[in-house]
Amino acid sequence: MGIKMRNAIRLTASYITLVIIAIGCIYPALWIVLASFRPGKSLYSKSLIPESFTLSHYKELFMSQSFLFGTWYMNTLKIAVFSMIIGTILVLLTSYAVSRFRFKGRQNALSVILVLGMFPGFMSMIALYILLNSLDLLNTHAAMIIVYAAGAPLGGTLIMKGFLDTIPRSLDEAAKIDGATNFQIFRKIILPLSKPMITYMGLTLFVGPWVDFIFARLVLRTKENWTLAVGLWDLVNSTQDSNFTLFAAASVLIALPITLLFVFLQRLLVDGMTAGASKG
Amino acid sequence: MRQHRITAAVLSAICMGLGQLYNRQWIKGVILLIVGVFSLYYFINNLGDAIWGMVTLGEQGSHLEKVNGLTQMVAGDHSINLLIEGLITLIMFALFLIGYYANIKNAYNAGKLREKGVTPNNFRQTLYYIFEWKFAQSFLTLPAIGILFFTVMPIIFMVLLAFTNYSAPNNLPPANLVDWVGFKTFTNLVALKSWSHTFFGVLTWTIIWAVLATVTTYFGGVLVALLIQQKGIRFKGVWRVILIIPYAIPQLISLLVMRNMFNGQFGPINQYLRYFGLEGLPWLTDPVWAKVTVIVVNMWVGIPVSMLLVMSVLTTIPKDLYEAADVDGATGFQKFKIITLPMILFSTAPVLITQFAGNINNFNLIFLLTNGNPVVGDYQYAGATDLLVTWLYKLTLDQQRYSMASAIGIIIFMIIATFSIYNYRRTRSFKEEDMIQ
Repeated sequence: MGIKMRNAIRLTASYITLVIIAIGCIYPALWIVLASFRPGKSLYSKSLIPESFTLSHYKELFMSQSFLFGTWYMNTLKIAVFSMIIGTILVLLTSYAVSRFRFKGRQNALSVILVLGMFPGFMSMIALYILLNSLDLLNTHAAMIIVYAAGAPLGGTLIMKGFLDTIPRSLDEAAKIDGATNFQIFRKIILPLSKPMITYMGLTLFVGPWVDFIFARLVLRTKENWTLAVGLWDLVNSTQDSNFTLFAAASVLIALPITLLFVFLQRLLVDGMTAGASKG
Repeated sequence: MRQHRITAAVLSAICMGLGQLYNRQWIKGVILLIVGVFSLYYFINNLGDAIWGMVTLGEQGSHLEKVNGLTQMVAGDHSINLLIEGLITLIMFALFLIGYYANIKNAYNAGKLREKGVTPNNFRQTLYYIFEWKFAQSFLTLPAIGILFFTVMPIIFMVLLAFTNYSAPNNLPPANLVDWVGFKTFTNLVALKSWSHTFFGVLTWTIIWAVLATVTTYFGGVLVALLIQQKGIRFKGVWRVILIIPYAIPQLISLLVMRNMFNGQFGPINQYLRYFGLEGLPWLTDPVWAKVTVIVVNMWVGIPVSMLLVMSVLTTIPKDLYEAADVDGATGFQKFKIITLPMILFSTAPVLITQFAGNINNFNLIFLLTNGNPVVGDYQYAGATDLLVTWLYKLTLDQQRYSMASAIGIIIFMIIATFSIYNYRRTRSFKEEDMIQ
């Protein structure tokens, strides 16, 4: 009786706590989604659920003259997809090389990758700006893709290498005995086996450009070249008309694809996070 | 016996590719010769200018001059462009020297083979050799070049800036020149009262923030994970997905939304407080409350990650440990203290340190939520919640105090690098990697 009672109390308390935490987690998301359907412009609203619903803010995003949401969406998609593809390839190359081959200066190369990844990113922006300027690449999407992709190995190599290290090397050796070249081993053995990790890497490299507003704001100078994040940042900071509900609608559209990807791929995310720092 | 190796090496030293031609490696020789001639031509034209630019940083800024009787503004030397162009040329020159050295060594080795009566590799064989035996190095070339020019070069540039006086208001090209000043920026940072006060104030808050942010999210995550994984809790998957939502929303969005939620006048949080008859709180405008707010919001953002991690560790703890503890009559709390917590801590310690380092540099959270505000009067361009990184951002992009920002950047970097290298060198993926399999 006593134990049963205690168990019931424990479970009830746990459920109550979980419900409170869950509300805390959902509330901001729910609030912004509902606000995006609310008529009017203001931040203030009498209740969480609006009295009437409207789609006008979403229409305004795509129709308005000052807001080129459709163009920005395509720009962002283009930049994110290309930097994801190139970046993932570069990460795979570096991590395969450092995981499978022993060569002079390898441990040092690993430490260098680790250390370089820790520099505050925007400290290099002045230099990048001048460099891109002298290459005549300012205000182009190519510049964004090059810089994002070139930076990818710094963030991803150690994680990817941690994962590749767990693929038994006996597989490579067996293939080698059968006369496979290094490139064949990479394509036929390593690539298929590291699919989950490649997905994780691709996802993180996709999200980075999607939400980056600091570097994008510096490089992309004209409105029709902007990305979503820059546009949103501009909307937040242009003080002349604070249009909260429009901001809400833009936020929902920007967050939606990423949020869905994350929720569906959550298993991979855990694997990815633990692979880089596995202590075994 | 002919001394092929010496002849080949000397020829290659005279000009790239000549030694290879001498060794009858025709295709390789011609390619190297072309590369060598073009590089030499380029460096003869540019190297002197580059070094001059790096050393002097320009001799005359833009100035007024009489042209055809009219006074006109004439563009002078742009110190920063000179510095960066010089840097790029020097990096390319270093690459060229490495290539040159490799070319001499290669000719020498091929000559040695010839002395032994072996024909040196033809072009096809060379390519095969590179792809089979130097695979790693050739695979790494492309990423390495990218990193060299888009990461290493900017970092060297930034480090150099700390030793110049490139700063608003008096030393901004193109109107003015920039000069080397040695360690003056660093001494200013410590010795000038206004700067050192800000620096140590911001540094203290950065460390307090990093510790609090890491500890709260970590133990919050442990707590939530344990709550869900308890025996008897149903719909574990549903809870998990709900609690993962904050992690799934991009921070750019969620933090800007939070900024509006905590708005003192119209935000819903104060609205609820007023509804219950309480005063609304100055969440983002009071120095102390703003600090509380950033910690709380960081918990919202960070707990899901820790929760996921801890949950994955929980599934790996062997069940028989708990059974043994049950036999010995351990209570639930004892089991947690002796089995669960040590296991979690042991497996996630590296992540914990990574998160700590990440929090020191947690730019997004502060910048998007408070932008470092509220402003503190006697700080140099910093606010109450500013971390070193966000202060750095303001100094660079808003105030153009580049040299000071670079000096601070170097200091932050050294703090974080120490932590991370220490941490990484301890992990198994670095130490015993050949033993895993």
